[in-house]
Amino acid sequence: MMTSAAQATVQAINTAAPLIRPKTSRDDKIMIGYMLVVGLYLIIALALPLYAMLSKSVSTFYFDLNNFEFQVNNGDGWSAPATAFALNEKLKREKLKREKLQAVQPEQLTTSSDGRLAATVFFPDFSFRGSTRYRIRQINPASSFLVGSRQIVDTEWHEFESNEFRRIYLRASRSTGLDNYRVYFSTPALFLSMKNSLLISLISTLITVSLAFGFAYALARSTMRFKGLFRIIAMAPILVPSLLPGIALVYLFGNQGMLKELLLGESIYGPIGIVIGSVFFTFPHAMIIITTALAISDARLYEAAISLRASRWKTFWTVTIPGARYGLFSAAFVVFNLVITDFGLPKVIGGQYNMLAVDIYKQVIGQQNFEMGAVVSVILLIPALLAFSIDRVVQKKQVAQLSARSVPFEPKPHKQFDAICLIYCVLVTVFIAGLIGVCQYAALIKFWPYDLSLSLNNYNFDVMDGGGWVSWYNSIRLALYTAVAGTIIVFCGAYMVEKTNRFVATRSAFQFLAMMPMAIPGMVLGLAYIFFFNNPANPLNGIYATMGILVVCTVTHFYTVSHLTAVTALKQMDREFESVASSLKQPFYKLLSKVTVPVCLPAVLDISIYLFVNAMTTVSAVIFLYSPDTTLASVAVLNMDDAGDIAPAAAMGMMIFYSNLCARLLHLFVTRKVMRKTQAWRTREGGSD
Amino acid sequence: MNQQPTSNPHSPTPFLQIDRLRKKFGDFVALDDVSLDVFEGEFVCFLGPSGCGKTTFLRAIAGLDIQTAGTVHQAGKDISALPPSERDFGIVFQSYALFPNLTVAKNIAFGLENQKLSKPDIVKRVTELLELVNLPDQGAKYPAQLSGGEQQRVALSRALATSPGLLLLDEPLSALDAKVRTYLRHEMKALQRRLGVTTIMVTHDQEEALTMADRIVVMNHGVIEQVGTPTEIYRQPNTLFVADFIGEMNQITGKAISSDRVEVAGRTVLTKPHKAAVDATVTVTIRPEDIIPHGEDARSPGVTDTLEQAENEFDGTVEDMEFLGSFWRVSLKSASVKERTFSEVTLTVDMSINAIRRMNIAIGQSITVELPAQRILVFPQGNSNA
Amino acid sequence: MKHTLCKLLSGGLAALLLVFSGAGNAVDLTVYTAVEAEDLKRYADTFNQDHPDINIKWVRDSTGIVTAKLMAEKDNPQADIIWGLAATSLLLMKSEGMLDPYKPKGLKNLDPKFYDGDSVPSWVGMDAWVAAVCFNTVEGKKNNLTAPTSWKDLTKPMYKGHVIMPNPNSSGTGFLDVSSWLQIFGEDGGWDYMDALHENIARYTHSGSKPCKLAAAGEIPIGVSFAFRGARSKEAGAPIDIIIPSEGIGWDMEATAIIAGTDKLKAAQTLMDWSITKKAMEMYNTSYPVVGYKNLAKPVKHFPPETLSRMIDNDFEFAANNRKRILAEWQKRYDSKSDPK
Repeated sequence: MMTSAAQATVQAINTAAPLIRPKTSRDDKIMIGYMLVVGLYLIIALALPLYAMLSKSVSTFYFDLNNFEFQVNNGDGWSAPATAFALNEKLKREKLKREKLQAVQPEQLTTSSDGRLAATVFFPDFSFRGSTRYRIRQINPASSFLVGSRQIVDTEWHEFESNEFRRIYLRASRSTGLDNYRVYFSTPALFLSMKNSLLISLISTLITVSLAFGFAYALARSTMRFKGLFRIIAMAPILVPSLLPGIALVYLFGNQGMLKELLLGESIYGPIGIVIGSVFFTFPHAMIIITTALAISDARLYEAAISLRASRWKTFWTVTIPGARYGLFSAAFVVFNLVITDFGLPKVIGGQYNMLAVDIYKQVIGQQNFEMGAVVSVILLIPALLAFSIDRVVQKKQVAQLSARSVPFEPKPHKQFDAICLIYCVLVTVFIAGLIGVCQYAALIKFWPYDLSLSLNNYNFDVMDGGGWVSWYNSIRLALYTAVAGTIIVFCGAYMVEKTNRFVATRSAFQFLAMMPMAIPGMVLGLAYIFFFNNPANPLNGIYATMGILVVCTVTHFYTVSHLTAVTALKQMDREFESVASSLKQPFYKLLSKVTVPVCLPAVLDISIYLFVNAMTTVSAVIFLYSPDTTLASVAVLNMDDAGDIAPAAAMGMMIFYSNLCARLLHLFVTRKVMRKTQAWRTREGGSD
Repeated sequence: MNQQPTSNPHSPTPFLQIDRLRKKFGDFVALDDVSLDVFEGEFVCFLGPSGCGKTTFLRAIAGLDIQTAGTVHQAGKDISALPPSERDFGIVFQSYALFPNLTVAKNIAFGLENQKLSKPDIVKRVTELLELVNLPDQGAKYPAQLSGGEQQRVALSRALATSPGLLLLDEPLSALDAKVRTYLRHEMKALQRRLGVTTIMVTHDQEEALTMADRIVVMNHGVIEQVGTPTEIYRQPNTLFVADFIGEMNQITGKAISSDRVEVAGRTVLTKPHKAAVDATVTVTIRPEDIIPHGEDARSPGVTDTLEQAENEFDGTVEDMEFLGSFWRVSLKSASVKERTFSEVTLTVDMSINAIRRMNIAIGQSITVELPAQRILVFPQGNSNA
Repeated sequence: MKHTLCKLLSGGLAALLLVFSGAGNAVDLTVYTAVEAEDLKRYADTFNQDHPDINIKWVRDSTGIVTAKLMAEKDNPQADIIWGLAATSLLLMKSEGMLDPYKPKGLKNLDPKFYDGDSVPSWVGMDAWVAAVCFNTVEGKKNNLTAPTSWKDLTKPMYKGHVIMPNPNSSGTGFLDVSSWLQIFGEDGGWDYMDALHENIARYTHSGSKPCKLAAAGEIPIGVSFAFRGARSKEAGAPIDIIIPSEGIGWDMEATAIIAGTDKLKAAQTLMDWSITKKAMEMYNTSYPVVGYKNLAKPVKHFPPETLSRMIDNDFEFAANNRKRILAEWQKRYDSKSDPK
């Protein structure tokens, strides 16, 4: 028997079988379409703004001496036109003869967008009382000059008397190059900030990680009471803006502080305050990571240690620390990143101790020097990116280390040890709850320290800087929009990455983009948004100064952690659900809505509460982006503190805390309820095999 | 159906025609020009060690991981490039992939929705399917509340719900314990026969393949080693790989002397006619149960007739005995270099409990066995593809 | 049936027309400002008494942020007009060609110090905003400090660590102080003065109003800030004295300017005209003792009477054109040294 097909087969033995180009199904098309949409979102919300910022940082300004020509008339007719360059060269030559002459040095030619150079510097004999007349023009209209503050942009000759001529200032021309960076590194005040930032971050990291480790260790390894309470209090800092501890510290250790004496004369304004505040707001982040690391350590190792009669101390160093080392690394990097990129705290309590993030603010808001702001941003990116990439490498190693067969550790009672743990945890939680409590107390005091009666005056936000109660309302709106839009964008994006079989290159590019935001300081992102969106040529210019840009910025800023949460949840789903659905000819979105989302609902809710809480507390990402219609509570805290209204700032900070607390409780309640309803399959008893 | 012209009108057109399927993952060739015909109503098993390409093959047929080159025709239609949703098959995975948050009934109904079926029709069909797999009252339960075997049957009925032309099973029984597995083997096979649905099952378990399949496709390193009925695969393995992979096999290196004789350890043994060249080094094989033990004094009755010559008769010492329930597995080692013994050869012989008792076989005892020539297969060495 | 439909339609049309014509009459004017938050509503209400057809949309923030915002939006201005921003900032914008010169009606009623010297001014002032020292009497007594009366007093060793002032690199008020010292004491004398003052400064703040608020809260006895903030704190019950140093005080003014390229030029000009009317000036006078209108201002509670007489002849142009140089010099001298031990 020989079918023709078989004959064909025989004939075709030497020729290759036809290559197959898989037909793209409707599902594939929808999925790739959506992946492109979310990818495009990340490109627009992340890649392009960063690019805009990078270009801004290399946008330089210099005085183009060749572009300005002068003529002088001492009453004997006009001299031949000479460029500023020629005049300056002449000055340099004559300087050898006349000590007092000052030519313009090359480094003085580099300036910022606001740079001004008095025209009189080229005329050493200038006197504003003289009768000499001057003419000036620019050769091409690339730059301009000022008469007083009137800008001249044409290329005509302009004539002035001496008295008027002293009001002539040359303006800079635009160029591209690394001059801004050169200026940065040659300005000691700016350069110092980098050192300060690194130092503060390192110290804070060391303290936070040690404290959090002790705390997590006590929770995991002791049988003390009140563990749940300790855990809840330790998590509280996540619910407040990072600058709130700064305000509390002013009340505690400021010159009128309740516990001022404890500082032994040192000032809280500066590194001490920044470090204490940083420890407060980064503590829960470190604690979560280290708790997880300790939870996965293997009880069998401890049993082995006991059977070898190792002391508790030795076991600690040979089993506990090595077992948790990746968690410790990870916590250290997270804390380091949080501290070095934080802006609110050093602004509130840093005094004149300069840090990078505050420098960005000073450059942009104080001096309107956007180019230098961009330079500092790029520099702030470096340590953050570095910490991020090291952490990635360490995390990869950790995955390889984990054994699935580990046995969870069950602590045994040990009176002395448990007592020490209890005392330690009480101290830490008193520190945390204390700072929050001080803020609440301060918010209710009428006029610290002169009138200690209680009042709600400080909640009268409408008569203060910061936008009033509307700010709080706006923050709630922002948090809700961010939670809803962010969860949808993030979850669908993660779904595409995790559940599509094809388009490998697109997916890995997407994954890379999704990991990026973690390494981008909020401040840098916010500034990049100004450069990108506030460009009239940008078709998306319309969202500038709206709630929209705040939502986009906040979602992007907190994208990575949300994305990882979603991916983790999706990874736990059976890989074959999609195959089954397509074999049953059901579109992927039906599977998504009927199975994937319901099963992942706890993770979905986690992402939304994460986005909500962070949208309520974020300052750095939105400080450059809020508009009068979209003032925010967190920014109001900063601005009120800035204006010296510290008590109202504390009051607003506490409003954020309570809002987040309510949101958290609501989340807990909804999760419980939803779990009971849609996750019934989880809780019921499994059948027997 | 688009009938292809055949040279023999009596043979049915294959339901599934697979022609030179090739699948590469980067430089790695997972499937190397694999061709196969599957006929309507057949139960075909892909059998092979892990990494042999059998799952890749199945996924290519399903369209889940489409092949790099080569074509697949199902019911005469070229489906080579079609996405799974445009093909006609039902699939059961090793994990079952049951939707955990949907009840059993909803799992089964999943594929029936959007199919222009009315609600009562769907309910009716779900009831029918549940009865089909003997789970009539379990519709309201969640998968986690069922045992593994029950879950497997739910997955099966979900795959069958839309009455697909082709049923694909990816190691459907391997997550179950031995007893449930044996039971389900029969049940599944019976169900498949009843429904007449063309079925392809991937398995690494030869017993499963031998008991369930109409035909077995033995695969190794991305190619098909042999296609045949279970008996053919077992009795007439084409290659040493197949011989070795399925069942127990004694393997001894020897040299071909003629088309039905080989020299093994200095002795000539009569074999089934083979194609190995004279003087070629060969592997001589025989299954343990094909070796016939002789009593001390007499040959076993009924065997004597088939024994060709004394040259296939050997002596050895019982070195080890392993009790395997229904029979004993005996290791037989040549005691010394005598004329009728293999030098340095150990043979595994399966003996019935009766024979052991009758012949009083114990460790250290010398016995004589005979190797029926028709059962001795010879494969050239160095090339597994005979 | 058909009739009713017609009626309905024509009615609806009429209503629509009304809405549109209404919208046509009431112009929405986007006004950028740094005026105190609590004054905004009062200003808009008073303006609307005369011009109900112009609807003010406030965009308010602190001076630094509004300035940064306007500069950032240079190529794509969002504002129609600025009403109540430091003249120093407006000078900056003028030199970028961002302002539309306009000579408002009644300009002759104003003190010439209060408007741009060009024949068609780019900006017109409202009220003056003067530097001052806030001195906390309670804390002063506690620390045995006598109240300073001059800038020079602040350099006395007695005040070491008790003075706080805004950082000119982040605060307009800070720059105002620095540029006024350079004008009062001369360029070299000014820097010498600041060198001495730096020894006594506890720290530099980012905001101009904060030093006075900190003084009011007793956080520090002496805050170099501006008088308005001091007066407000005193009103709120803070134990502070507002001191106008004898050498003279720097000042800036809140001013008005039209943004070049606005498509609501007429409404903007109307607001500009109104912003220097007697009525407007009286409105400013409730908070500020010095206003642009000649011979109008009445004293304001808590402002020392010598405020007007001690205002220096501030050269805004000098300040604007030398700003970058001054800030760089300041940063070199005091910011890089601010590394605490």
